Amino acid sequence: MSAVLSNPVFREPSTLGGPVREIEFRDAIREAMSEEMRRDKRVFLLGEEVAQYDGAYKVSKGMLAEFGARRIIDTPISESGFAGMAIGAAAMGLRPIVEFMSWSFSLVAADPILNNAPKMLYMSGGQLGCPIVFRGNDGAGGQLGSTHSWCVEGLYSNVPGVKIVIPSCPADAKGLMKTAIRDDDPVFFLESERMLGNKGHVPEGEYLIPFGHAAVRRAGAHCTLASWGRPVNFCLEAAEILAKEGIDCEVIDLRTIRPLDLPTVVKSVKKTNCAVVVDQSWSFSSPGGELAALIHKHCFDDLDNFVHRVHSDDVPTPYSAKLEQEYLPNVRKICEAVRSATYRA
Amino acid sequence: MATTTPSGSAGTASPTPRKLPSLPPATLVKWLRDMHLIREFEVRCTQSYQDKKIGGFCHVYIGQEAVAVGCTQAVKPEDPIITAYRDHGHALARGMTARACMAEMYGKVGGCAKGKGGSMHMFDRPNNLYGGHGIVGAQTPLGAGLAFATKYEDEVINGGKNRRVTLCFLGDGAVNQGAFYEAMNLAGLFDIPVIFIVENNGYSMGTAIDRGTTMSHDLCIKGRAHGLKEATIDGMDLLAVYHDMHELAEWCRENSRPAFVDMKCYRYKGHSMSDPRKYRTREEEERYESNDAIAKFEKALIDHGVVTEESVKEMLKGVREEVRDSIQFSNESPEPPLSDLYTDVFVEPWGRYTGSSLPEFMGGADNVCGFRSTDGKEGLV
Repeated sequence: MSAVLSNPVFREPSTLGGPVREIEFRDAIREAMSEEMRRDKRVFLLGEEVAQYDGAYKVSKGMLAEFGARRIIDTPISESGFAGMAIGAAAMGLRPIVEFMSWSFSLVAADPILNNAPKMLYMSGGQLGCPIVFRGNDGAGGQLGSTHSWCVEGLYSNVPGVKIVIPSCPADAKGLMKTAIRDDDPVFFLESERMLGNKGHVPEGEYLIPFGHAAVRRAGAHCTLASWGRPVNFCLEAAEILAKEGIDCEVIDLRTIRPLDLPTVVKSVKKTNCAVVVDQSWSFSSPGGELAALIHKHCFDDLDNFVHRVHSDDVPTPYSAKLEQEYLPNVRKICEAVRSATYRA
Repeated sequence: MATTTPSGSAGTASPTPRKLPSLPPATLVKWLRDMHLIREFEVRCTQSYQDKKIGGFCHVYIGQEAVAVGCTQAVKPEDPIITAYRDHGHALARGMTARACMAEMYGKVGGCAKGKGGSMHMFDRPNNLYGGHGIVGAQTPLGAGLAFATKYEDEVINGGKNRRVTLCFLGDGAVNQGAFYEAMNLAGLFDIPVIFIVENNGYSMGTAIDRGTTMSHDLCIKGRAHGLKEATIDGMDLLAVYHDMHELAEWCRENSRPAFVDMKCYRYKGHSMSDPRKYRTREEEERYESNDAIAKFEKALIDHGVVTEESVKEMLKGVREEVRDSIQFSNESPEPPLSDLYTDVFVEPWGRYTGSSLPEFMGGADNVCGFRSTDGKEGLV
């Protein structure tokens, strides 16, 4: 397969000049997809309701009008079929973007996305790759109940051969999506329904954010908060509350969990001597558990306390708004974990 | 669409002797040799398995040779093909060398996938063979995707007309997988030029087709339900396979539409190496073996004076030598180096993968960002 990724322009969006331009998370993803579709005809988007309906969550709004029905493709409700079809197309050298309306629905496509996409390159001895992006909403939406609230990173991060991207803000969503589309490997891009309407500054102009490169969202001296995706925003809120109590938190946004930027976390923990990992997936066999184990290994002599972890509670996702709020890794739980980890409880 | 319609299962009817297709005699001789090569290869593969040279699961193609040879010869080399785990025959028919195929099963670096795929996962990109897939039915959406891609490339990227057709093989057991119905629906919906060839050998592992599949007397109804063109073909007759598949493939290519083939055939051996075949009788096996596709085609070529008994003997000598050589090659081919464990996990444009998701180990302490741009410069711009 020919690497389209020739001389990528990797830039931190925060280093780009230009006027402030606030757009929604969904607009940022759409901009990234549209820009990449303009530069490469091999890129196309398929999924349920992506075309005529303008996307179930309006992420692909207007794309049918620009690119036409040959490249913005409505599929039947048939995840196993269209995910597998897109993988076959990627093996031939196309670069599909597959929208799962919800990553929860990807479970019925587990065989193609876990058995075919990440293993084809290996099983063929390097002959066939799979340059594909799977994207959609991950994690609890708003009172969607158990079956529609999956954090699939808890399952899928166990599989070698996939790259997993979980952005926390619009600017990252755009830069990481462009990298995902140009990447030659299968990328699972996990959005959050609860963040699609979030607004943030997204600079004009071309930029790509490399995988495996964390962002330090807030500098601090007393405790490292390491997270990704939507809970990063909860960590920032918690850090404000804790600052008033005299606890100075450093918030690290991992951005991608495969690859995982451990060095940035380790550097921070060596400074703060304290770490709390915040992960929306369930605790058992989770990426958060993995990160905690790695911090223990690499910062064994630096830690003043064991690494604390905040996850969704180990129960199916409840429907009740009150119970769902309690279930998620919320600001209160994060504050409690940091107080405990810093012996301020 | 002219198709042979054997009454009952494959080979129980005796089709009237066909005229040979008007092709160069050398082509017909090659077809005969290809079928002999597959059979000899599979016989020796079985021995190697018993000698514990081949591990894991291994499924031989003996009895079904006319299907792989007839189908692959009926299309063009640039037409992609994809199949399930009983894939040695397709690989050889598509042009993979006996050496690469055998060495793959020996788990050696000389194998088509350097020993990383094994018997069930034969890939050969130069010959447009896209696997070799181990999960029953999994290859059917992928096959639709290969065809989607060729059509997209021809029509959307190059702005021309569809010019390729994809062959997607599956067994009769895969007919009951949900993924197959989804694949047929998508193919019908999107005008995808893929032919789903059900190699109907009557058994999914040890389950006779009528014990696992509704409407098994009219399998094509499954394709009909999705608007697919259909054909029932006697897979124990090479000339029928070639003739009908050629006609069908050209129709699919020209009209950019999918098709469903009930390819009636028979698996002489068990499902895999550990199958005592208690679910069927020896009489049934003998009935099919007496209608052997290789023997029939060989006789037709002798009757038409294309080959002689003498020249066939010479051919078989060459075939045996080729397979013997593939075994010697596989024995001598080195085991993969341990470093191969870590290659081919990612294409990874930013560095070499070393068995960890942690980029810190890719480039040492300096590479703290965990990425390396293609110009070799590290860090963010």
